[in-house]
Amino acid sequence: MATAAGNEPLFVERFPDEAAVAKANLLVAFVALGIGAFFGLVQALHRTDILRIIDSADYYTLLTGHGVLLAIVFTIFGLAAFFHWATARSLDQPAVSTLFSWAWFGLMTTGSLLASVAILGGLVPNLGISADVLFTFYAPLQAHPIFYIGLAMFIVGTWLSGADWFLSYRAWREDNPDERIPLQAFMVLTTMIMWYIATVGVAVSVVFFLIPWSLGLIESVNPLLTRTLFWFFGHPIVYFWLMPAYMMWYTVLPKLAGGRLFSDPLARVVFLLFLLLSTPVGIHHQYLDPGIAEGFKFIAMTNTMFLLLPSLLTAFTAVASIEHGARQRGGEGYLRWLGALPWRDPAFAGMAFAGLIFAAGGFSGMINAGMNINYLIHNSLWVPGHFHMTVGTAVALTFMAAAYWLVPQLTGTKLYSRPIGLLQVVLWFVGMVFMSNAMHRAGLAGIPRRTAEPQYQNFDFVTPIGSIFELRVQIAFGGLLLFLSVVLFLFNMLLTAFGEKSERPVDEFLPAPLSGPEGSPRVLDNLGLWTGIAVVLVILAYTLPIAGIIQNGGGLFGGGLPVPVTVFPDVELVKTVLAGALAALAGVLL
Amino acid sequence: MEIHAYEKLWLALALVLIVGFIGTITYGAAGAGIEMIDDKGGTVDPATLDDHPKFGDPGIEKTGENSYDVYLVARQFVFEPGTSEPLRVPAGSTVTFHVTAADVIHGFDVVGTNANTMAIPGQVAEFTVRFEEPGEYGIVCNEYCGSGHHVMEGSIVVMEQSEFDSWYAEQNQEGEN
Repeated sequence: MATAAGNEPLFVERFPDEAAVAKANLLVAFVALGIGAFFGLVQALHRTDILRIIDSADYYTLLTGHGVLLAIVFTIFGLAAFFHWATARSLDQPAVSTLFSWAWFGLMTTGSLLASVAILGGLVPNLGISADVLFTFYAPLQAHPIFYIGLAMFIVGTWLSGADWFLSYRAWREDNPDERIPLQAFMVLTTMIMWYIATVGVAVSVVFFLIPWSLGLIESVNPLLTRTLFWFFGHPIVYFWLMPAYMMWYTVLPKLAGGRLFSDPLARVVFLLFLLLSTPVGIHHQYLDPGIAEGFKFIAMTNTMFLLLPSLLTAFTAVASIEHGARQRGGEGYLRWLGALPWRDPAFAGMAFAGLIFAAGGFSGMINAGMNINYLIHNSLWVPGHFHMTVGTAVALTFMAAAYWLVPQLTGTKLYSRPIGLLQVVLWFVGMVFMSNAMHRAGLAGIPRRTAEPQYQNFDFVTPIGSIFELRVQIAFGGLLLFLSVVLFLFNMLLTAFGEKSERPVDEFLPAPLSGPEGSPRVLDNLGLWTGIAVVLVILAYTLPIAGIIQNGGGLFGGGLPVPVTVFPDVELVKTVLAGALAALAGVLL
Repeated sequence: MEIHAYEKLWLALALVLIVGFIGTITYGAAGAGIEMIDDKGGTVDPATLDDHPKFGDPGIEKTGENSYDVYLVARQFVFEPGTSEPLRVPAGSTVTFHVTAADVIHGFDVVGTNANTMAIPGQVAEFTVRFEEPGEYGIVCNEYCGSGHHVMEGSIVVMEQSEFDSWYAEQNQEGEN
């Protein structure tokens, strides 16, 4: 293993403030992970009819909580922790203002709390607050205003976090006018530019339509418009989840394997491709939507297929870097080198398993992207089967594995238990193989997703191999293993955080890549140019479809559609909560 | 910029795969004639759906020798027709569906087939299905639409032509009386 820079002080000693901000972000992420995973277990047992401890109407409250807490709170607070660490580490300088870092953390946390209160309020019958609208919050299903307001605050918080990292970059650039952007900082910046472009869609949807509508200021919304604006943001968010995991695969996994990254320039190309192609593809979630011409769907499909390229390149680089590491450790032969890898290290094993499952998830994603085959599986259980392999494993398991290596650098304490960590990542892998494989097969049998009781009066589902009962058992069993895995993870993290201080709890040195950035064209680092191209692609992909939706679909506000679900009369409460939130924010800032 | 030979090969294969995928889908659309749900169904005012000449009284109507139009409304938590009574169609017919939603976004999926669409208030999803053999199909709402989403289902009964004709005649007589 690399010991060249073994005498560097630990990250937490060099950057105590940045370590504190990163730890706070991880704390929120892990609390959300615990609650979200528990909801997931209840759902897995409920919809398979193995054990029903809640009303089926409450299933959707838990499902909304599961989606928002895991796909928004866990992932994005995890991202913020990793990016805050990576920015300080790779630029080798602290954030410009610690106060500002705490401000965005406070805003994101307050927004998450408001949205969570709105969601969990659905479990308390007489409270009058609920947000049973699921992760996609398609109007005209309506949530309490504080759900949308919390979401808006959260998004603004993420914008400020990006500003924090850009300010660090600007300060670094002043001292290093001719240097190439360090690789991790490059990954952080390109990902955030993508995020700024992507969140325009959801910000417009929430601020101009959903908040005024939920407060009763406007009568109705155009459901296809808000849905399209959601997916404008809803696909790139997939890459927002994935990019921190990719950053770990590119910059940390090769070191854990005992080697170094294969190619720095190719890593830059991959992140630029994601910046360019992540957003002009959202309509591929709407292949089955009326009101969008086939040509626009075709364009989204073509862009989506080209988006496979950066992931296929990543697969190559990850495997090549791991193989290089194995050979450094004495591995030989065509495949025998696999045995020379550090499989007992939970950080390595977790990321490797995550990559393996991501390959399978990538293939099921290719089916989703196929505009015509999609009709067979759209909104079936196949789809959650797919994204539990991608965000639910490639991202979640990589985050957990990375935490085994990163958290000791932030706390200065040794990981509590490597064997428990290893058991945890193996449990996740096995649980996910059971659950997602069965979900894919159930989807092919036509079983819908997002349903409390997929058991019907008029018909039975049939599966060509095995039985529906067997699929249900596999889903419930897999869900149970996944929940146990999360419990072990949180237990291990808790005891690590309160463990004894250690001089060198982990080897945090990251070696330079085999091919450095020197040989690559400098234009790769021209962030302004790439931002411009990305914006043009988005304008090309979205102008005409959105114009058509507004023109043909009853205008911006959908032409007086009656509000069919609960209208929340308690606007006074919203004002009180908002005032409380502002006071909390002021408290954080002062 | 130095790119390893294996990396170049991988890049080339990846591009072949991508272009191949796009090629098969293009063939499916242009060659095999698989139609997508698109904007040809037009729009409808969801606020006055009950007064609409077709959606106000949804159901099946004959438009030609072997062709029919079905107007179908999805609302919390029923398909009209489909839930309180099955949607009846004759075997060997070509049926063009016009599906919309009255309140929130729903899904319309004929179980085990690729007859699958979103039902969005204000929009009409139009698609054509051929029913060959007599039999029964389930319809399921596959988009979350509220607390009773899991009970939203229906059925399609594909009848012998003669059986269907007498049912259809009876329906239309009732309508005229």
